[in-house]
Amino acid sequence: MKFGVLQFPGSCDEVDALEAARRVADAELLWHGERDLKGADAVVVPGGFSYGDYLRAGAIARFAPVMEAVIEFARDGGLVLGICNGFQVLCEARLLPGALLGNANRRFTFRQVELDVVNGATDFTRACPGGSEQLASTDRSAARLSIPAKHSWGRYYAEERTLDELESGGQVVLRYAPGHNFNGSLRDIAGVRNEAGNVFGLMPHPEHAVDELTGSTDGLCIFESMRLAVEGVRV
Amino acid sequence: MSESALLPTVEDALALGLTRAEYELVCEKQGSPPNQVELAMYSLLWSEHCAYKHSKKLLRTLPTEGPHVVMGPGENAGAVDVGGGLVCAFKVESHNHPSAVEPFQGAATGVGGILRDIFAIGARPIAVLDSLRFGEPQGTATRARYLLDGAVRGIGHYGNSIGVPTVGGEVYFEGPYEQSCLVNAMALGLCERARLVRSAAAGVGNVVVLFGASTGRDGIGGASVLASAEHGEGDEDRRPTVQVGDPFEEKKLLEYSLELLERGLLVSLQDLGAAGLTSSAAEMAAKGEVGLDLDVSRVPLREPGLEPFEIMVSESQERMLCVVAPADVPAVLALCAKWEVGGTAIGTVTDTRRLRVFDSERLVGDMPVRALVDDCPLYDLRPTRPAAPLYAPPAATLAADASPRETLLALLRSPNLASRRPLFEQYDAVVQSRTVRRPEQADAAVLRLPDGSALAVSIDCNGRRVAADPYTGTVEAALECAANLACVGAEPLGTTNNLNFGNPEKPHIAWQLTESVRGLGDACRALAAPIVGGNVSLYNEGPAGPIYPTPVVGMVGRLPDAARAGRLGFARAGDAIALLGPFAPSLAASELAKLRGEPLPDGLPEIDLEAVLVVQAAVRDAVRAGTLSSAHDLAEGGLAVALAECCLAGELGAKIALPTTTATVAQLFGEGPGGFVVSGPGETLAELAGRAPLQMLGTVEGDALTIATDTGTLSATLAELADAHGALAELFP
Repeated sequence: MKFGVLQFPGSCDEVDALEAARRVADAELLWHGERDLKGADAVVVPGGFSYGDYLRAGAIARFAPVMEAVIEFARDGGLVLGICNGFQVLCEARLLPGALLGNANRRFTFRQVELDVVNGATDFTRACPGGSEQLASTDRSAARLSIPAKHSWGRYYAEERTLDELESGGQVVLRYAPGHNFNGSLRDIAGVRNEAGNVFGLMPHPEHAVDELTGSTDGLCIFESMRLAVEGVRV
Repeated sequence: MSESALLPTVEDALALGLTRAEYELVCEKQGSPPNQVELAMYSLLWSEHCAYKHSKKLLRTLPTEGPHVVMGPGENAGAVDVGGGLVCAFKVESHNHPSAVEPFQGAATGVGGILRDIFAIGARPIAVLDSLRFGEPQGTATRARYLLDGAVRGIGHYGNSIGVPTVGGEVYFEGPYEQSCLVNAMALGLCERARLVRSAAAGVGNVVVLFGASTGRDGIGGASVLASAEHGEGDEDRRPTVQVGDPFEEKKLLEYSLELLERGLLVSLQDLGAAGLTSSAAEMAAKGEVGLDLDVSRVPLREPGLEPFEIMVSESQERMLCVVAPADVPAVLALCAKWEVGGTAIGTVTDTRRLRVFDSERLVGDMPVRALVDDCPLYDLRPTRPAAPLYAPPAATLAADASPRETLLALLRSPNLASRRPLFEQYDAVVQSRTVRRPEQADAAVLRLPDGSALAVSIDCNGRRVAADPYTGTVEAALECAANLACVGAEPLGTTNNLNFGNPEKPHIAWQLTESVRGLGDACRALAAPIVGGNVSLYNEGPAGPIYPTPVVGMVGRLPDAARAGRLGFARAGDAIALLGPFAPSLAASELAKLRGEPLPDGLPEIDLEAVLVVQAAVRDAVRAGTLSSAHDLAEGGLAVALAECCLAGELGAKIALPTTTATVAQLFGEGPGGFVVSGPGETLAELAGRAPLQMLGTVEGDALTIATDTGTLSATLAELADAHGALAELFP
């Protein structure tokens, strides 16, 4: 099992995502200018400020050569995880519904947030608390993930009808716990998946919650879920 | 028209900040009156900002050598050995004057500049800290709030966008900073020891390559006109001398520079900061004892029609200069394409020891490198201890007869002590996955290293105490940093400093500066934490007077086991709490004295340096042994505030019995170095009595802080403490 982690000029969290993925599988960086996914079984679009994000977050990255390959990979059912800027890129690429608007507090905000796992039966959450294959190491009494969030443009927005469809279709995967939705996301949505279930985006950073020493291991279950999904398919 | 008819006059030199005598010396060194390009370059390199002409003699008295020092002052940044074949590069620098004119870009480019200093020596930047000073933020005056908001946004904008965590910092609000705010930024980087690169140009015939952003008219004269003069009317008109930052460009520049070094393609590297190409080229030539020929017609421009002197002095951001062997030039330029960075060969290394500037074929400037860099006259200060107080007393905001409870809540609410959360929440503190202790988790930031050990870093200076006593106040700033390091279990390795002062040509400022540097030297020698680099920012004063003298100290230390890094918050109900150390609280120059509107005292109590070092070692050893639940040093607001901070950070109450003698208020809120609040098992704390004075205070319990004294009991719930401590939130609506 190998993760491919995209690297755009202006990516900031790509090495963190790479190291997080390496805790559960192989992983390597994929350069934005190339169309080759190098045999990756799953793709991570990491956080940062791709191409400076001076236009609209993710608006330019979505046209990068590597994204052509990612879009094709996703259409073929490949697992794609978008974190923060990666979530924005996936929305811009129409691989995920909705958009990320400026935070309600109008500031870049870094905060350790708590997330409720709304749908534990996805390829991205099956190893999370409440998931079908919960990691033995996660605390079963806590149905919440403690993960850092850090962004200026994280207010999830979609039309009411779309939001209803997302909720009824199990596409809302993570929600901010009460009191943790600082960016003003509609219906407290922190992470959504596509209809087919193979593309997932979230604003908080699971790659920064993989080690007790630096704060929490609650993000590890996202990467572990993806490994289980890929290896389950293969077995 | 002949060239000579265009020669600038002595009046032009005066307008550029040179004195008449300095202009005459330039003429003597040149052998003739300088032309426009030459005068522009001399005026910058001979400015206070570049030449340190009022501080260099003092700086020579500072300790700069020690067993851990790998690179000392003089390079782009200093560096200390941190084991495992790695060095930590670090430096603090100011961007005060630009930030006073345009806080967002001033602060942003301050961060950009200090980051370039770090990767210019081959280190990957791993952390930023900031040290900020503004006027009082309350009331109807809005300037302090505007500057604070802009500076915080600017620091966040640059650091967050480039992927370097902002892990700590400090901010104080005092009247004397109203017209002259301070924005100091410190950065740390990591590098394999063998990969360190220096800035000295070498190898006659080697090629000089300018890379990064194109060159425009921004920031022209920033070092001389803006940074080396007092503030006054018309500062707004100086806005064009402030540069505009582009963190995306710098991110590419950073990755490109590190890849060039990794591939061994560079002979030397230097960033372009104040005075742009002029300063970086002259510095590289001077350090390498060579000459450089530069052709300004090859410099990529943002707009047509820049004069040669403008190209030489532009402070456009995100640019670097390097020296490359001719055979490696194609590879260096080819790598530009990968990172989408501009790169152009603009000159060659010569053996002339002259800096010659060409505009295509035409020689437009020709100067001896030594004259530019080394021959600026150095001035002796004329220090005189002021006979009368320099600073007006602050306005009283708390009645002298306020109860201890009211006093505690007022202190927690005061801008200098309230929680910094509304500021640091605007910074990414965790990118790069090294941050073991974030802001408000411990007294110092902790960053893990690959071998399981960790770096700790702290930045501090209480300008009010330095104003009361420049020598002792500066010793306290260094001790405070070391105390912060001790609380996470770290021992100091090295120090950086930024001397922010008023106009050194005035005798009382000269006295502050002289006394402060003496204190810094004594403290760093005692702590075995030599100065490896730093910066001086003078002329921080306006019509209303000078700033408080503010020698900001940044200190880096190491702890052997990242997993045992200390925390400041109480951690376990039932733990015993003790006050450790030779703490002799005094209300002199304290935060409470400020709230009461008292004038600054003339002098601070003398410090028993040896006793303070002993307790710092005791705390450090106990944290390293993993026997303490928490450790926090006593600073502004004294014991009661420290206890409240431990409660808030741990979300646990405490029950304290304080056998007071006579002065209850001084015991509760008095300040001074050498005190720590520690918690843990009672018998563990009792053992510490063998190493330093120890007073058992009480236990961690409940959801309120209760302090019983002989004159009554002070009690406040965690919610009440948190409410007061959260007062700064209203500054960031």
